[in-house]
Amino acid sequence: MNSSVFRRKLPWVIAALVVLLCFPLFLDRFYVYLTAIILLTGLCATSLNFVLGYGGVFQFHHAVFYGVGAYGTALMITKSGLSPWLGFIVGPVAAAIVGLVIGVICIRLSKLYFGMLQISLGSLVWAIVYRWYSFTGGDDGIHGVPLPDIISSSNGSYYFTLIVTAVSMFILYRMIKSPFGSALQGIRDNPVRSEMIGVNAKLQQLLALSIAGFFGGVAGSLFVVVDNTVFPDMMFWTLSLELIIMCLLGGWLSYLGPMVGAAVIVLLRTYVSGITGYWALVLGVIMMAVIFFLPNGVLGYLDRFVKKKVRNK
Amino acid sequence: MLEVTSLSKSFDGFKAVNNASLSVKEGEVVAVIGPNGAGKTTLFNLITGVLKPESGKVVFKGEDITGLPPYQVCRRGISRSFQVVNVFPKLSVFENVQVSVLSRQKRTWNLFTPSAKLAIAETDRILGDVGLMEIRDGTSAALSHGERKVLEIAIALGGNPEFLILDEPTAGMSPEETTRCIDLIKQLKEKLGITILFCEHDMEIVFSISDRIMVMVRGSTIIEGTCDDVRCCQEVQDAYLGGSDACLT
Ligand SMILES: Nc1ncnc2c1ncn2[C@@H]1O[C@H](COP(=O)(O)OP(=O)(O)O)[C@@H](O)[C@H]1O
Ligand SMILES: [Mg+2]
Repeated sequence: MNSSVFRRKLPWVIAALVVLLCFPLFLDRFYVYLTAIILLTGLCATSLNFVLGYGGVFQFHHAVFYGVGAYGTALMITKSGLSPWLGFIVGPVAAAIVGLVIGVICIRLSKLYFGMLQISLGSLVWAIVYRWYSFTGGDDGIHGVPLPDIISSSNGSYYFTLIVTAVSMFILYRMIKSPFGSALQGIRDNPVRSEMIGVNAKLQQLLALSIAGFFGGVAGSLFVVVDNTVFPDMMFWTLSLELIIMCLLGGWLSYLGPMVGAAVIVLLRTYVSGITGYWALVLGVIMMAVIFFLPNGVLGYLDRFVKKKVRNK
Repeated sequence: MLEVTSLSKSFDGFKAVNNASLSVKEGEVVAVIGPNGAGKTTLFNLITGVLKPESGKVVFKGEDITGLPPYQVCRRGISRSFQVVNVFPKLSVFENVQVSVLSRQKRTWNLFTPSAKLAIAETDRILGDVGLMEIRDGTSAALSHGERKVLEIAIALGGNPEFLILDEPTAGMSPEETTRCIDLIKQLKEKLGITILFCEHDMEIVFSISDRIMVMVRGSTIIEGTCDDVRCCQEVQDAYLGGSDACLT
């Protein structure tokens, strides 16, 4: 049943990829940049949803892994003198390790308490980055990170982002559909029952947290490619809040929900913050509207809408 | 096979289980009976590691399993169903059982093979055995209460257990569902050779399928014996069966 759903959706996925591949041919540089930002932000939100939507873990401060991935990559490139490509491995791996460490500390706590402690520890990471001026550049961040030629042009960075995002999204999808993913969703639904069928729930969740951290880190690395900069706000808690809203808005039970949510939020952020300085207020209103009117997100709503149509026929 | 000795557990000073003892031999069907609040569910929680006992010992197949976490208990061959329905609400009926089978096959660390290709035959066989095949692809949240109770058992069977604990398996079922459920339990014993420990309110069911019975009142074991022993035991009648003088028949 699952594989047939996948086969039915595959043509759409391929069509979307082809359109995305053609974007630089007819879109302005700015829109290509914006699309790249949407893609990598969507990947970040999807990696959050891996543990939030599918794992039921209250990962409230996911931006930390995005930031660690970005800083890991930028620092590796600017400070080590080794091949810049190595930076794209170091960043995500560092994020995975931080994800594992924070996970180990928080996993004993249940749900909301997990989220609270995670926010504190994440803010600690942010504070270290913010204060450690000599190493991280403090609140200035790092600018003009030198990149390999092939990905330093506007189109090069776009295609790199598109390919890495597509591959990452595919890997995460496979993981959700794997036995590991089945067990993870079982734990989300019912942790006690999961343990009673022989699943070591905490250990499964720890691996999930590392994986989520890793792909959050991949998204951060991609930001370095697209924007050439890193700055501490990348791991500030407000971005984490935005990521959660993306998941809720797009639909945290649909695989592509967070990607759709990311597109909406990034576009709004780009255009609204041009008009008003009250972005946080707008965000709050969106959050409330989603909770009241679209509890299953945009895709959840569409899904139900389509099913109803089919049934009425 | 299972040896429980003087197990105790209290909640805020209230002794929910107090010096309970129980033994189950391989191949037996043993019932635990007792009034509501006697501590039957708590006893099952202690055996399966959902709760940790304050004192006492649980030995399974010669191995001390006292206080092991549930997943360890399960991996040693003990599965259970819950009194309050406890399934995976967002998964389909099939997936509910499949995840249990996958877990027993130690596949939960497999990150890349699609689940849709694994454990299909075995999961379908279990669904067929318990009679849930027609609603295989429905979501478990949409099931009737009786169906969900059966799904409870099916999930437990996914672990291919040697020892099965059923907490009020027929509670809330319609008479037909109850009959089918009793048949199922009998088959599990006879065809699959599973040793069963269960608790149940309906005395007729208890007497019809149990080899032995343990009576629990206020957390303690009052008597453990054959159906006849229990039927005629004065203490049981006083404490539980309503205090009539005659032997129950
Ligand atoms: N988690 C708990 N916290 C506090 N009290 C509990 C808890 N679980 C059970 N109890 C109490 O322990 C007693 C035994 O409950 P239980 O084992 O569910 O009985 P039974 O299954 O025989 O009806 C009851 O009085 C119940 O209120
Ligand atoms: Mg009970």
